Amino acid sequence: MSDALLEVENLRVSFPSPRGERVEVVRGVSFRVGRERLGIVGESGSGKSITGRAILRLIRPPGRVTADRLAFRGRNLLDLSDTAMREVRGAGISMVMQDPKFSLNPVIRVGDQIAEALVTHERRPSREVRRRVIEMLQAVRIDDPERVARLYPHQLSGGMGQRVMIAMMLIARPDLLIADEPTSALDVSVQAQVLDIVDALVRDEGMGLIFISHDLDLVSSYCDRILVMHRGEIVEECAAGRLREARHPYTRGLLAAVPRLDDTREELPVLDRRAMGGT
Amino acid sequence: MSALSVRNLSVSYGDRRVTHDVSFDVAEGESFALVGESGSGKSTVLRAISGLAREWTGDISALGAPRGHRVDRAFARQCQMVFQDPYGSLHPRKTIDATLAEPFLIHGIGDRDRRIVAALEAVGLDRRYRFRFPHQLSGGQRQRVAIARALVVEPRILLLDEPTSALDVSVQAEVLNLLKRLRREQGLTYVLVTHSLPVVSFLADRLAVMRQGRIVETATVAQLRADELRDPYSRELRRLSQGRATA
Repeated sequence: MSDALLEVENLRVSFPSPRGERVEVVRGVSFRVGRERLGIVGESGSGKSITGRAILRLIRPPGRVTADRLAFRGRNLLDLSDTAMREVRGAGISMVMQDPKFSLNPVIRVGDQIAEALVTHERRPSREVRRRVIEMLQAVRIDDPERVARLYPHQLSGGMGQRVMIAMMLIARPDLLIADEPTSALDVSVQAQVLDIVDALVRDEGMGLIFISHDLDLVSSYCDRILVMHRGEIVEECAAGRLREARHPYTRGLLAAVPRLDDTREELPVLDRRAMGGT
Repeated sequence: MSALSVRNLSVSYGDRRVTHDVSFDVAEGESFALVGESGSGKSTVLRAISGLAREWTGDISALGAPRGHRVDRAFARQCQMVFQDPYGSLHPRKTIDATLAEPFLIHGIGDRDRRIVAALEAVGLDRRYRFRFPHQLSGGQRQRVAIARALVVEPRILLLDEPTSALDVSVQAEVLNLLKRLRREQGLTYVLVTHSLPVVSFLADRLAVMRQGRIVETATVAQLRADELRDPYSRELRRLSQGRATA
């Protein structure tokens, strides 16, 4: 791994429970990301998405985020003012969320939304902004960018919407992209296209990627390194190609529970939740 | 006699025709899968069979009895549906008991208490969940309730619309095992809609691949496993799921 873009040490996120005490949902997570593809896998409630959000400081009170170190290119994110943080978001680190239906503004044309992501960071002549928007739409392989830029989000299919999201998140050329289940709402064929696009951008622009997903197969075929999260902790770290050799019982249990294309098993093994401490 | 027979089914939503001449038969006790991508019409076929989509032409019959276009209580008693999202398919302000009691009111069936207890037991839910609300249950438990809700009227056919795709991997395994066991124990017939070929391989005997409202190929699961699908589109779908599973 080259020098780290992002360093996370002992990240903890907690929320108050109805009874008043605080519940820790991320419990002392540490990792570093360079210009590479890091996958974070886990099931619902494992804390993987909250980890992604905490990095961008998107956790609002009463949620509480603490870390011994949370640094992006050497700057401690937890010390930044809200204004300074806003500059990091988009231009430094950006995030693609799961479902384009809920993350695009329904009453703003696609082209204007993408332009906004760019203009927020630097003032540019409008002609240049327009050109960049069209280029970006081409980069995410939208065939007819001039027309698509004029559409509203409801006029897009799921795959197109997600490509628009990616265009918007990448137009300011961030160093690090956090993709939180970017393809879970999409069909397999569209999924492959969207991932290819992100992959090409990671390679060509030398971007770092944190890929958050519940899908073990997808992450192992797509990332360089994998962290497995369970109940707020990283239980396993391994090279993506070696996921099959994972040792932690939770990881092994997850792998075994996935049905296979040539599945002739009478029954799928299920996790013993009591042994895992209950989920 | 087949458990379910669908002939030249064309379903429309308003002016738009979404399936074209779909025909298939499902034998008694068989598990049949409809696969395809979003918009292929696979869920629409289920919606027409269950009576949720009313504008259709063609013939649908279950256990020899044809289905009408209106609410068909006798048909519904034979043929029940389980929906994809257990967060959306259970009434949030009704207890599990009230949800499970509703089919008895609709169909005017007695012996409610015994059958509810039996259904909860069949889906592996402890009795203490009976008087809880859906928000007190996990996703997997809710899907068990949804399956129990379909089972209380003792149907012969279950229509399963993406029954596990909203669930986590480990919970998905539990629900798939449950569905497999129920079919074996109660001799049920399944029509399963899914986008996941591994789920088909685990739970079905035969499958039909749908694209743009039409069935492009019908095959056995053995053919699917052995990579012996013939249609180029089905082969492509298989290749895409395969690429991920082996990488």
